[in-house]
Amino acid sequence: MNKIKPLYLALLIPTFLLLLIALYCAFIYAPTETSMGDVQRIFYFHVPSAWVSFLAFFVVCLTSILYLKTGKDKWDRLAAASAEIGVLFIVIVLITGPLWAKPVWGTFWTWDARLTTSFVLFLIYAAYLMLRSYAVNSERGARLAAVFGIVGFADVPIVYMSIRWWRTLHPQPVIAGGEGSGLAPQMLTALLVSLLAFTVLYITLLKIRYDESALQREILQLKEQLIKESE
Amino acid sequence: MTALLQIWTILRKDILVERRSKDLVVSMAVFALVVIVVFNFAFDPGTTQLQNAAPGILWVALIFAGNIGLSRAFAREQENGMMQGLLLCPVERSNIYLAKVLGNMIFMGITQIIVLPVMIVFYDLSVGVAYLPLLLILFLGTLGFATTGTLFSTIAAQTRTREVMLPILLLPVSTPVILCTTKSTALLFKGAAFSQVFSWIKILIAFDMIFFVLSWLLYEYVVED
Repeated sequence: MNKIKPLYLALLIPTFLLLLIALYCAFIYAPTETSMGDVQRIFYFHVPSAWVSFLAFFVVCLTSILYLKTGKDKWDRLAAASAEIGVLFIVIVLITGPLWAKPVWGTFWTWDARLTTSFVLFLIYAAYLMLRSYAVNSERGARLAAVFGIVGFADVPIVYMSIRWWRTLHPQPVIAGGEGSGLAPQMLTALLVSLLAFTVLYITLLKIRYDESALQREILQLKEQLIKESE
Repeated sequence: MTALLQIWTILRKDILVERRSKDLVVSMAVFALVVIVVFNFAFDPGTTQLQNAAPGILWVALIFAGNIGLSRAFAREQENGMMQGLLLCPVERSNIYLAKVLGNMIFMGITQIIVLPVMIVFYDLSVGVAYLPLLLILFLGTLGFATTGTLFSTIAAQTRTREVMLPILLLPVSTPVILCTTKSTALLFKGAAFSQVFSWIKILIAFDMIFFVLSWLLYEYVVED
């Protein structure tokens, strides 16, 4: 076993501590919501997960543009790593949302603008990951994925706009209040801490996945070399 | 001028091939009709349920048929190395893209001309609707679907699971097209004021413009080498 690199420690230790603090804030520090009760605490994981997935998809778009412009491998690896993390967190969003909605709204799911957009977003980036793995060769796959990464991200605002317009025609009173309308100061603190913790977690995961993909490529090249030598 | 000539030459070749084989339009139209009949089983007959769902069914049928057409069109390109030949020609990649979009739009348009009257008859839709706005929606919807579809079919063709990959890439991204066309068509059939319909058309135009420019710019990256 190799020793853990100091850079990893510098990332892992703060991430771990921040997540602990975020847990403390979400479960102990923040007051219990009067009407929803303890179930509201899922909010401190749901919102930061949504934020991380949006951030991750933005990074996918940015690095995809850079990859097409420069052709440098590192941008492609960053995009791939970021997309994987983004999909993971949007899945967390799609799981924590219904868990909260069932007791509060009385239904697991409603085709509201934000919910539907998140679902479509998940589908777009799941397709992105499939495209990467099913491409005929990895270099072509990188280019195709970059194009799809840009187009997919450009789509997000239009998807949101069209779905919101669709739902404003048929208003759904159950969501009318929305969260964020008058958050208690302690709740806001808990949310902000959680947002910070999740953002740092994203950076740590991105770094680990990014380095790992370099090793993966090295292994692939070595394998190909071995196959050539054995022929 | 040369650009127009190049686009026209590629387009004419595609139309000529289709005129002789007719397999694109025939398979798209028949598939759309199948979808229309199958969907009818999901609703109780003789109720307004079916009529209310009709615009949605129409667009689902057209979009699924379009999907089939797009993957057929690209498969045809790859037979006998047609795409390689095209890429070897001294033609701008973006002009190849424009010609392909136009071709796909024409074939989808012909399919619509066949499917729409059938739909109106079998789903008992009011024929008195404003035809001009309906044609506009059909045109804008087809444009949006063809711009992204042409790009994505080129992408999907370079994967191992090509037939599956195209709808998986295309349908989520074209969510706005599906929503806007379905809703605006429904409003038209209900006899709503054009101003109401127009707000949907605005989103559709925004989608078309953004994705036309993006796909046009990005196409060269997906066909290179």
